[in-house]
Amino acid sequence: MDSTVATGSEENVWGGGNKPLGASYGKLMMWFFLVSDALTFSGLLAAYGFSRFKFIETWPIADEVFTHVPFVHGNFPMIYVAFMTLILIISSVTMVLAVDAGHRMKKNAVIWYMFLTIIGGAIFVGSQAWEWATFIKGDFGALETKGGRILQFVNADTGERAAIADFATTIESERVNHEKKNGVWYYEGQALPSYSLNEVIAGVKANSNIQIRTEAIIQEGEGQGEKTLLSREETLTKLNDAVQVVEGANLIQNEYGSRLFADFFFFITGFHGFHVTSGVVINLIIFFNVVLGTYEKRGHYEMVEKVGLYWHFVDLVWVFVFTFFYLV
Amino acid sequence: MAHEHKLEIFRGLWKFKSNTQKIWGVLAFLCVVTAIEVVLGIMKPEILTDTYFLGMKLLNWIFIILTLVKAYYIAWDFMHLRDEKTALRRAIVWTPIFLVLYLVFILLFEADYVYNVYKDGFVTWNF
Repeated sequence: MDSTVATGSEENVWGGGNKPLGASYGKLMMWFFLVSDALTFSGLLAAYGFSRFKFIETWPIADEVFTHVPFVHGNFPMIYVAFMTLILIISSVTMVLAVDAGHRMKKNAVIWYMFLTIIGGAIFVGSQAWEWATFIKGDFGALETKGGRILQFVNADTGERAAIADFATTIESERVNHEKKNGVWYYEGQALPSYSLNEVIAGVKANSNIQIRTEAIIQEGEGQGEKTLLSREETLTKLNDAVQVVEGANLIQNEYGSRLFADFFFFITGFHGFHVTSGVVINLIIFFNVVLGTYEKRGHYEMVEKVGLYWHFVDLVWVFVFTFFYLV
Repeated sequence: MAHEHKLEIFRGLWKFKSNTQKIWGVLAFLCVVTAIEVVLGIMKPEILTDTYFLGMKLLNWIFIILTLVKAYYIAWDFMHLRDEKTALRRAIVWTPIFLVLYLVFILLFEADYVYNVYKDGFVTWNF
């Protein structure tokens, strides 16, 4: 029988003695929090789904966006994210082992497993910071049109993406960054891209092997699922629509495609990264408590179990973020 | 405090001698599932990307199902929902599932409508 029957009259209810559903007050409240937090993340991911279905034919392909691995050059889609997922799952395992050791009142084992969990969390946060930096810095650069569409470049000879730095011609001209002191109001101009629009356009015209790749994903027939490649003539016509050079991504511009993609990337992985960071901090506090013997004196390690729940939740969320951002 | 653990997964197909062993077993299973996801994501077999089911690629359905499988084992074994009272487990699990399905249904339906407005309506966006 799993149903709850209150037994015993000596229980001190306000001291947390009575346990509805066999879960202590603290554990129950942790679950309350986790359920509501799960709904927040679901809201963000559902909003991502909304935007994606809205722009289903032009959404960036994640495989082409996240292709880097630290210290190595080359094209490795997904490898690094898979590594991050693995790190988080493993740190989740060390956390369960800490909880398990806590149940058996093995203080030293709890200390070691908590320590490993914190290290895993730190590696994950570091990886995410690196991933952000790479994403913000950008890869190849692109042009943006009046309508806010992104035009990327492909080298027709190799079929590989072409970086604007490789083909843009240098035109001597005075390029002045608008500064606060010159403004009517206290605005500063955007940082100047490494190449001006005219330099990129001249570069495309001078190199006959450069073609534009648009955001549109081919829906049927040859090359299904890939981005549309314009012919050389279409490329030269399309150049007239371009209004500015975009390098990297931020909340306003995104060289990888739809701006919403970058916005959601920053919001969702940022919110998750914030959870991991606070998880590491909370784990650290509990870690020191374990070292000081607080729970040994208290007679049980339930606090470790509670932070464990939070930590697993962070892992759980990442499993979904991984799927919806990087795989699907 | 209830410290008893249910020491079998896959409905009793895989039994463990201790809780620690079960944890490692679940880790192995989760790693295998993640590896399958990554391999499928890199290879993208054409049979799976060309077949559509309910408006979505079969490959994406596989990813989502595998994700739910992983979520199940993380919640059941790592967050030890398996050892909690049935009523608590149901309250925790079904509340978000109901709300999320509801939200996702509404938003994706609406998004598809907006997509069609962009596509067939008189809205210029590619200029």
